[in-house]
Amino acid sequence: MTDRFNLYRFASPATFYPLAGTLIPYFAAVSVVFGLAGLWLGMLVAPTDFQQGEGYRIIFIHVPASWMSMFIYLVMAFWAAIGLAFNTRLSGMMAQALAPTGALMAFLSLWTGALWGKPMWGAWWVWDARLTSELILLFLYIGYMALTAAIDDPKRADKAGGLLLLVGVVNIPIIYFSVKWWNTLHQGSSVNLTKSSMAETMLWGMLLMAMCFWMYSIAVAFMRVRTIMLERERHTDWVKAELAKAGNGGEQ
Amino acid sequence: MIHWTSFSDFLAMGGYGLYVWGSFGATALIMAVEPIVVARNRKTTIARLRRQLRADARAENRNATE
Repeated sequence: MTDRFNLYRFASPATFYPLAGTLIPYFAAVSVVFGLAGLWLGMLVAPTDFQQGEGYRIIFIHVPASWMSMFIYLVMAFWAAIGLAFNTRLSGMMAQALAPTGALMAFLSLWTGALWGKPMWGAWWVWDARLTSELILLFLYIGYMALTAAIDDPKRADKAGGLLLLVGVVNIPIIYFSVKWWNTLHQGSSVNLTKSSMAETMLWGMLLMAMCFWMYSIAVAFMRVRTIMLERERHTDWVKAELAKAGNGGEQ
Repeated sequence: MIHWTSFSDFLAMGGYGLYVWGSFGATALIMAVEPIVVARNRKTTIARLRRQLRADARAENRNATE
């Protein structure tokens, strides 16, 4: 076999574009399946929490949204590093495609946290280390989007945005370890590698929801990156061919 | 197997209904609206790029005939 499968081929927008298009429905479908299973376990089967009653069920979106808000940022920072180091075209597009979804996850983390904090702590918001660092994460996302939107030249926008992402990445361990480093109102982590403080059904419900959020994020980011690719590569032959295809929405 | 005894029980969430459904509702709304916005944005972008492409092609034709 001389024609070996080459992963680097997909680093080119012209090959990644159709691949992403093919994969989107699968990620969306898997996300729905995980979501239904997670909701079924979390909302219908899991028992009442002995301390927090039924109010704890917010965990099934609060934790997945918080995880994704941090994870998406790390992925964006990874792409930023690749882009700054190797000057690859795809990396900036990937970071831009992920940013709005990451911002929404950070927002959902704060929103569900407020709705959880009110009945449990008696306050929608406290200036606690965990909450404040998550709010900073939301501002980092918004700052990245504003910065890249304000610079017309995509290459320069990617560079400036990438620097912001890499500087801001220091905030992620701060969020993650804040409940250990500082005396905070926020409860400690519910899951770690060696043991979990949760009942089996609760844990599985949460992990399934996390998978649902993860697959959702990939599907939406792929949808967005395809539009960014068309926009940025509009002078190339492959985009012209793509646009020439029949159909209202571009292709299929 | 199912934890709840009645549907109203389920909706009440042991008195935490507002907080639980406020969380799930916001999440459902965002996850429904975000893909729609992205898809619409894609459509308008494709339409705009096609217009630009046609305009470029016309300009090129004019230059060729002159």
